[in-house]
Amino acid sequence: MVLDKECVAMLLAGGEGRRLGFLTRELAKPAIPFGGKYRIIDFTLSNCTNSGIYTVGVLTQYKPLILNSHIGIGIPWDLDRKEGGVTILPPFAQEKGGKWYRGTANAIYQNLFFIEQHNPRYVLIVSGDHIYKMDYSLMLKYHQEKGADVTIAVIEVPWQEVHRFGVMDVGEDGRIITFSEKPKTPPSNLASMGVYLFNRKLLQKYLQKDEENPLSRNDFGRDVIPLMLHEGCRMFAYPFHGYWRDVGTIESLWEANMDLLAAEPALDIYDHNWRIYTVNPSQPPHFLAATARVEQSLINEGCIIHGTVQRSVLFTGVRVGEGSLIEESIIMPYVRIGRNVQIKRAIIDENTVIRDGCRIFSRSDTEPPQIILVEKSMIIQENTEISM
Amino acid sequence: MKDVMGVINVVGRNSDLLGALTGPRCIASVPFGGKYRLIDFVLSSMANSGMQNVAVFTREKYRSLMDHLGSGKNWDLSRKQDGLIILPPHSCDGQSLPDFDLKSFFAHRNFFDRSSQKIVVVASANIICNVYFREAVRYHQETGADITVFYSEMVANEGGPPRRCLKVNETGRVLELVERQSWDQGTKVLLEIYILSKSLLMNLAEKSFLPGGADLLTGGIIPNLQKFNVCAYPLKGYSAVVDTIDLYYRHSMDLLCPQVWEELFFIPGLIHTKVKDEPPTRYLEGSAVANSLLANGCTIAGTVENSILFRGVRVHRGARVKNSVIMQKCEIGEGALVERVILDKDVRVSAGKALTGHDKKPLVVEKRKIV
Repeated sequence: MVLDKECVAMLLAGGEGRRLGFLTRELAKPAIPFGGKYRIIDFTLSNCTNSGIYTVGVLTQYKPLILNSHIGIGIPWDLDRKEGGVTILPPFAQEKGGKWYRGTANAIYQNLFFIEQHNPRYVLIVSGDHIYKMDYSLMLKYHQEKGADVTIAVIEVPWQEVHRFGVMDVGEDGRIITFSEKPKTPPSNLASMGVYLFNRKLLQKYLQKDEENPLSRNDFGRDVIPLMLHEGCRMFAYPFHGYWRDVGTIESLWEANMDLLAAEPALDIYDHNWRIYTVNPSQPPHFLAATARVEQSLINEGCIIHGTVQRSVLFTGVRVGEGSLIEESIIMPYVRIGRNVQIKRAIIDENTVIRDGCRIFSRSDTEPPQIILVEKSMIIQENTEISM
Repeated sequence: MKDVMGVINVVGRNSDLLGALTGPRCIASVPFGGKYRLIDFVLSSMANSGMQNVAVFTREKYRSLMDHLGSGKNWDLSRKQDGLIILPPHSCDGQSLPDFDLKSFFAHRNFFDRSSQKIVVVASANIICNVYFREAVRYHQETGADITVFYSEMVANEGGPPRRCLKVNETGRVLELVERQSWDQGTKVLLEIYILSKSLLMNLAEKSFLPGGADLLTGGIIPNLQKFNVCAYPLKGYSAVVDTIDLYYRHSMDLLCPQVWEELFFIPGLIHTKVKDEPPTRYLEGSAVANSLLANGCTIAGTVENSILFRGVRVHRGARVKNSVIMQKCEIGEGALVERVILDKDVRVSAGKALTGHDKKPLVVEKRKIV
């Protein structure tokens, strides 16, 4: 499978993730830790590698430091290449001064020269905000078979959520008839996953057109796709069946983590034929002491557990003291939890220290429940109670 | 540390020491501690101490070692200048392959000549430790020693393989290195880690063709204790030599002491190994795990006690693992019992099977067996 040069992937990773509270205070949404070991962007980067796409441009804008150092030269994803590989594409200054990326389409427009450098036939545009495993090479095959100008990956979502997405009305042959961004009365429940495959020449043409339109918001979903559809381009929907999540809120981030704890998780991260790659810190195997009890949980390396952990996800280097009980929570890297601490339905961000006897819990029984978020690098003094 | 190079010695007397575990591989690449190979401890220590030029001298069964080390990237030793090099056996007289380390060093003397460093740290691959060599090299330079040898003050011992015990005078000079099988608490026991100048090492290597002179310790150092100023350097922190199955088992179990875990894997630096990209370990409903060390990628539905599980092990519902070392990708079937065993990689224990070792001797099951 050689798709390199045939197809270049452009990965949008500038998202701010406004509804994720202070989790995104110091990092962009794609850099949020997920699943005990990963950052959200690892799923898309691994998808690229596993699909045989080895030329990837990562467009960053919002607080890119952690993302930049995470991606580096792409070693964990095998994207350190002599030709192609991963290139980070931040906004830059030009003769007429610097310009921020104004929208998804404008971000790609400003980097058309990067795409031209590699001279591909196709351009894949993906978002670094989503958690899913997808073989883009199958989508490309579909695109070629249909003789499409543009292919958009779609997934069926529950009707009550459709209004949050770009929604399509699709003919029997898969051809897209209408596309509406966040519609009030959706024509179907086929939502855009934000995965677009374009014929490159056409992409260039329409990005130019979009740029010249002063009324455009320079967004693929709101401007470019409707324009192309209006002008009669051959646009097809590629149906995706499988796990896909856009974790936009604290609650959905928590839920997506809990999804991994099901007896048969819908997202299989244990598949050796589709590994999810990430930066590996050199931490030792985790240690469960004689007093430990761990059930229905994911525990990463470097943890040392003396207490009880149930239905929780523990990242690298977490310590849990004797007599403590952690339930339905996400504990981010290097959090230190003392003795006799109770934590239920909470996300504790990196490096926070929770001293002995603290109680942090949410009584919420909504679906999903409200989650308590404890900020990074905090010190919570002995016997503090944080609840809602 | 620009002037110090590392030599990891896998040549010579330790090729089959661990029975079935060294059947398919040399001792340096015997899996240890849930995710490591024995060589990782000395190699990471060298890399963490700032050595940029490390040579691994091998003799036989080194395919898995080469696979493990790769370009040295995982230890930050994939370098344009120097870096990690594996030196396989190379005949120096055009006929036999060297069977002792000094002969092997001599065979590769061009490598030493071309290296810019003037000081060499020579270490055996089967020492479990976490050392900051910078301090030891400073000690070597300050004492003006010709050779510095490492020792640790071990707990009292009866039986087991013989070790060299140090007799040292008040200035720290080594007077005698006596072989003993039992010793008291606080005895200084030799660890095969040496610091010496490259010129002296080459000098000894040249003489390796004289009778009895082919091994650095027995031919180079011991006969020359009067001639050279040999100084003793204490290795602080946890250390252990793995050269029998019993010791392999015993020192594996040492890791279940939280103090050892905290010290050995973190201080002074992290121990690096080949990255495997395994997801976090998954505990299912009904799992009961206590006093155990588990690497990533395991799926646990059964009971695990006092054991070490390597990457990707699966313990099915109702299975019990006790006092055992279970290597990479083993599978323990439903309701099976495994007690006091060492399972080499990819072993499958069928559902309902019971596998127990002796009280005194753990049972070792070879790689890829189905029981």
